Amino acid sequence: MIRVQHLVRTFGTVTAVNDVTFDVSKGETFAFLGPNGAGKTTTIKMLTTVLRPTSGTLELDGLNPVTESTEVRKRFGVVFQDPSLDSELTAWENIDIHGVLYHVPRPVRHERGENLLKLFELWDRRNDLVKTFSGGMRRRLEIARGLLHTPKVLFLDEPTQGLDPQSRNQMWTIVKNLNATEHVTVFLTTHYMDEADRVADRIAIIDHGKIVATGSSAELKQQTGADTLEAAFLKLTGTTIRDETFSAEDRMRQVSRVWRR
Amino acid sequence: MSVIYILWLREVKKYLRSKAQIVASLGTPLMYLAVLGFGLGPVFRRAGEGSYLQFMAPGVIGMTVLFTAMFSGIAMLWDRQFGFLKETLVAPVPRVQIMIGRTLGGATVAVLQGTIIFAVTLVAGFRPASVLAVLVAFLVIALIAVVFSALATGSSLKEMQGFQMVMNFLVMPLWFLSGALYPLQGLPAVLAVLTRVDPLTYGIDGVRGTMIGASHFGVALDVGVLLCVGVLFVTAGAWRFSKIEV
Repeated sequence: MIRVQHLVRTFGTVTAVNDVTFDVSKGETFAFLGPNGAGKTTTIKMLTTVLRPTSGTLELDGLNPVTESTEVRKRFGVVFQDPSLDSELTAWENIDIHGVLYHVPRPVRHERGENLLKLFELWDRRNDLVKTFSGGMRRRLEIARGLLHTPKVLFLDEPTQGLDPQSRNQMWTIVKNLNATEHVTVFLTTHYMDEADRVADRIAIIDHGKIVATGSSAELKQQTGADTLEAAFLKLTGTTIRDETFSAEDRMRQVSRVWRR
Repeated sequence: MSVIYILWLREVKKYLRSKAQIVASLGTPLMYLAVLGFGLGPVFRRAGEGSYLQFMAPGVIGMTVLFTAMFSGIAMLWDRQFGFLKETLVAPVPRVQIMIGRTLGGATVAVLQGTIIFAVTLVAGFRPASVLAVLVAFLVIALIAVVFSALATGSSLKEMQGFQMVMNFLVMPLWFLSGALYPLQGLPAVLAVLTRVDPLTYGIDGVRGTMIGASHFGVALDVGVLLCVGVLFVTAGAWRFSKIEV
């Protein structure tokens, strides 16, 4: 479903993604793990057509995200690391606009929208403004919205960041069910190793823009002789703290937290 | 079309829901109208130019439209990282439709704000020539709104500091150089050139020409310039929009 070969992306003198190659099969739940600044989000941005690769090839459902962006965009749903809901609109309006943007016919839009909101336990709050929602509800709404147009691939970039264990557990239960019933391929990133261990069929670990290991959770543990995925992850990526620079994006993120937008 | 419509509707809905913001954004134009309108009135009259309120009311309407249109565009700054813009950027629709939807939405909001201020100027004592004159003037106001909404939407700024930059180096100069507050004849050479480069000058001159029949350039030239600049800004903005990366 996804094929990435020798992918490179540089920003000035920094190489964020450095010769990355991997495959994700149809229906698979694939976890992309790595420390901050390892290149996870950059890779997702390139696969989701909002960033151009410096070199290398990308393929999503047999199509090229760079040259066939419109066709590719129809085939995936995405939940970015930073929120992309309109908090001044209601949950239902967010869903409805998404349906129009993806040319989902009105009856389908309404039926599937209702089903998804019920599934994610947001139906009762559908007419409330998103700004009155908790972090967990917003995340659930974003995932529901991303699934409205029945995508073949669902990208989830740190979807559970900042959520309590109950919300995380509920979110993954629903996503795994959809993965089983609708055969949607799930591509996720997370810093919670227990999540990756639980939901991912296969895991790739990326560090400093390069893939350092790929395999199932059991294979990674075996390979490193560790008994937990977290221990395996630390063996593969070291214990040095990353992300020491504070970017303009981080600054905006901090301000946004203050304003609770 | 449905994409342009839904994005336009989104802007208008949000505007109608933000009652507090509507009131707050009327503060600055009201202050200009009250303080300058009545404060400079006696001087203007002594200089033999007639009623200052009559003269500056179209300018204050133009200012309201400029500020509202630019602000809704500048909101994109935030939107790009933490908001809805990304949702539209990954949607399988041509970017030009997204740009036009947002531009028209922002322009509509600006015209609505301009209408409120127009009503206020009437209360303050502003007297347009006729009802027909007002209707024609609103076509010019709509053009101003589209021009600056397209400029702000299409400039696709990246960082937070951009907001201060845009305010101090774009919005304020556009406003002060537009001849909204002073007549265009007999200006020092440098100022005369600068006012003629500012598209808002033609917008406000057009509103003045249609509403009170006092135009410096002639309404036809005003509308011609606004149309050209509008086409330029929409085209350039659509092109920039198609290149946005997140």
